[in-house]
Amino acid sequence: MSSPTHDPAVLAAIPVTPSRPPRESFAPPRARLFPPIVWTGVLVVAALLAMLPLLNLVFPAGHALHVSAFTIALLGKFMCYAIAALALDLVWGYTGILSLGHGLFFALGGYAHGMYLMRATAAAQGADRLPDFMNFLDWKAYPWFWSFTDHFPYAMLLVVLAPGLLALVFGFFAFRSRIKGVYFSIITQALTFAAMLLFFRNETGFGGNNGFTDFREILGFSITAPGTKAALYLLTLGTLLGALVFARSLTQSKLGSVLTGIRDGETRLMFVGYDPHWFKLFIWTVSAVLCGIAGALYVPQVGIINPGEMSPANSIEMVIWVATGGRGTLIGPIIGAGVVNGLKTWFTGVLPEFWLYALGLIFVLVTLFLPRGIVGLVLMLRERLQARRAA
Amino acid sequence: MHFLFSLIRLFARLMAVVSDAWRRRVSSASGALRPIAGLVLCALLAVVPQHAHAATATPIPQTLLAPLAADDTDERLAGIAALGELASPAAAAVLDALGSDRLFATESGRILIQDAQGAVSDPETGETLALPDDASSISINNRLRVGIANALAAQQILTGDVATRLAAVRSLQRDVDPERAPLLRKALEQEKDPQITALLRLALANIDLVSEDPATRLSAAQALASATDAGVKTVLAARLLKQADGSYVEPDAAVRAAVRVALHRLDIHLSRIEWLGNLFYGASLGSVLLLAALGLAITFGLMGIINMAHGELLMIGAYATYVVQYLFRQFAPGFTDWYLLAALPVAFAASALVGMALERSVIRWLYGRPLETLLATWGISLILMQGVRSLFGAQNVEVGNPSWMSGSMVVLDGLVLPYNRLVIIGFSLAVVVLVWVLLNRTRLGLFVRAVTQNRRMASCVGVPTGRVDMLTFGLGSGIAGLGGVALSQLGNVGPDLGQAYIVDSFMVVVLGGVGQLAGTVIAAIGLGEINKFLEPYSGAVMAKITILVLIVLFIQKRPQGLFALKGRSVE
Repeated sequence: MSSPTHDPAVLAAIPVTPSRPPRESFAPPRARLFPPIVWTGVLVVAALLAMLPLLNLVFPAGHALHVSAFTIALLGKFMCYAIAALALDLVWGYTGILSLGHGLFFALGGYAHGMYLMRATAAAQGADRLPDFMNFLDWKAYPWFWSFTDHFPYAMLLVVLAPGLLALVFGFFAFRSRIKGVYFSIITQALTFAAMLLFFRNETGFGGNNGFTDFREILGFSITAPGTKAALYLLTLGTLLGALVFARSLTQSKLGSVLTGIRDGETRLMFVGYDPHWFKLFIWTVSAVLCGIAGALYVPQVGIINPGEMSPANSIEMVIWVATGGRGTLIGPIIGAGVVNGLKTWFTGVLPEFWLYALGLIFVLVTLFLPRGIVGLVLMLRERLQARRAA
Repeated sequence: MHFLFSLIRLFARLMAVVSDAWRRRVSSASGALRPIAGLVLCALLAVVPQHAHAATATPIPQTLLAPLAADDTDERLAGIAALGELASPAAAAVLDALGSDRLFATESGRILIQDAQGAVSDPETGETLALPDDASSISINNRLRVGIANALAAQQILTGDVATRLAAVRSLQRDVDPERAPLLRKALEQEKDPQITALLRLALANIDLVSEDPATRLSAAQALASATDAGVKTVLAARLLKQADGSYVEPDAAVRAAVRVALHRLDIHLSRIEWLGNLFYGASLGSVLLLAALGLAITFGLMGIINMAHGELLMIGAYATYVVQYLFRQFAPGFTDWYLLAALPVAFAASALVGMALERSVIRWLYGRPLETLLATWGISLILMQGVRSLFGAQNVEVGNPSWMSGSMVVLDGLVLPYNRLVIIGFSLAVVVLVWVLLNRTRLGLFVRAVTQNRRMASCVGVPTGRVDMLTFGLGSGIAGLGGVALSQLGNVGPDLGQAYIVDSFMVVVLGGVGQLAGTVIAAIGLGEINKFLEPYSGAVMAKITILVLIVLFIQKRPQGLFALKGRSVE
């Protein structure tokens, strides 16, 4: 990076032993996937969540066991957020790369799916119809980057490719030039900011600041039908479970150990003979793809995607889900996404003007007093309990 | 009574004409003579019998007045134009009266003028009389209104003072009307002011360009080579167009060549103006970025604290300006123009206090954990934003420019430099100098540098590192407050003010190189300039995106910024 110096005074000034403060390790205890108790907990919660849409479909409104469509939609949304938080935990919690731009990948996945939905909706209304925003722009045909998006499989491929390729290219250059720490965070923030400005333009071809909305159909099914909504909900739940198991097996593997090594002592890892560049690039791209998938699941359930999803504030809010739940725990970010968004829903309903105070306080208090999040708090309490029992 | 009024009015008009004649001659005449001459004139006027004013104001012959009441609009227009060329105040009064429905015609064809006070006189003789019963107001239509305006402008060119003449020539230059040529020539003969002369020549050349005679057109094209007005461009370009049958609008090849030369010169001039304008507005944007980023260069660059609430410290500075302005308007309305000076220390103190409170309460516990600092300060920024929203409302508040900062300076033709931007460029440079002096020439600066370079060693030799941290952070925050004062003068002041600048300011500091004041200055000005020079080609949004992408690419090449500290490290 810089030319070596041979000035003895400078050489003498370099400390022989690195004098960094001892760093806490957030690595979970090594075990094959989850311990039985966690498995049980995960499966019970998943089963309960899976029951809800059935309760919504089976019991009529007003029945004691009826679950409102609003609750289903809300939980579906939360689970999409949870997948995104899980993705963020892979890079931040395990590899120590704080991304402030994951909202971009989320939105890209959403836009990729939204393109299919827009075309399906337009096609349902008339053979040669274009989406309304294109009519306003007086465009006569779909621009080139919209080609083939009327095919569902291609759109799904795009959900993976768009965020994946962007992450690959961006990550390749960023990691190669060893941008790390806050610099990386700031640059990812600038990236999503730039993308937001780009997508706000009408001429970009993604609906300007209105984005995509007013979807009617998905694969020939009405998107507002309770059955479709239940299917999307269950699909999201399945994806979340799959992502959790995948992420867990990834982090428990040898690769996971290397990632943790990058987080805790990248320099030492380099001296041991690893090239962190490729490991970082791999996990970064995987995380972006996972986030894109979350976005793709989010769009049909919420019914809108617009450039606001790319605002730096949204990305940084994702980070606080991870921090609140406990980073480097995988379960934690899922809990965190649920807790923070649950609070948000409650506040915006009851005390809308206090939500930002509450969110700000969460940011401050969690970083100051709960560095390991809710999961860390639970673990700490359990340890204390065990210590007291042993004494 | 009416008579007295009209007498006073006439006298005033007379004085205006005489004094203007004097002003025109004043460059040659000895200045000392002027008051004496004025005294003599006054004395003369005092003793001259009352009917003298009629003799001084040229009577308007009946032949000129009669067409005004004619039935045919063309005839009336001709009459109006003839009156305009008469170049006498009395004629102007008649035109003015005609334009505002105060000109009357009797059935016998006599024209009478009623002034604004209601006094009626005969412009032909100057005699004052009561309005006859058979007099009716002369009605006019829009075509005549335009004619009157033109004739009045012509009249102003011939007799008005310098500013009036200048404005009149400018307005006449807009459209090409060959019928004005005699008037402009007449004006050119008697014109002494060089700027107006040049403008008159241009206006004449504009007209001559479409004349029948090729020689006249040629000389006109050559004269237009010195034009600086963008409006001339369309006139010139029109001569080079081809007609439907393939022939040029301008048949003569020599004239076409001259027109091309003139057009080329004009293009060069205009692009130079545009370039200078871009340069200025780029510097202005750069100075804004600099003010926004300078505080961050201290807190992030020197101390390594990622303060995501930096934008909100700018916002606090802007709101402090608003409060000071409010207090001035409330309690010292006479000094409202100077509220900005009082706002500077207030904004500095407000932001610095908030910053120091932040540092002591939150950031202090997170030293060495930059990612956590980032999150905590982001949370603080949310709280500050919402706090301001609760206190002042979610709407933007109004912060006005003081009168000495509003308005603008016209440099060359078509390059307008607003005073507020000029002031802010100067202010940002002053703040940079202040920060440099503070860091390099004061005891606090010495401590700051010591603590940044080696905290433990500084602590060992007795530097109170905790207090220095607090003061440094306070300094950075206070400078953000100063930046907020400047921002309040350029744009909207609202709770979201800071959010707009946070990404930009970080980019400036990262690009300039951490811990490098000079790097920050160059990065800010450079980014501002690049942005403004890109804007014409790509539009504002694409320019911003391009800049962000360029920065990301640049950081790839030089991760340490423009001015990297030389050192040896594996990190």
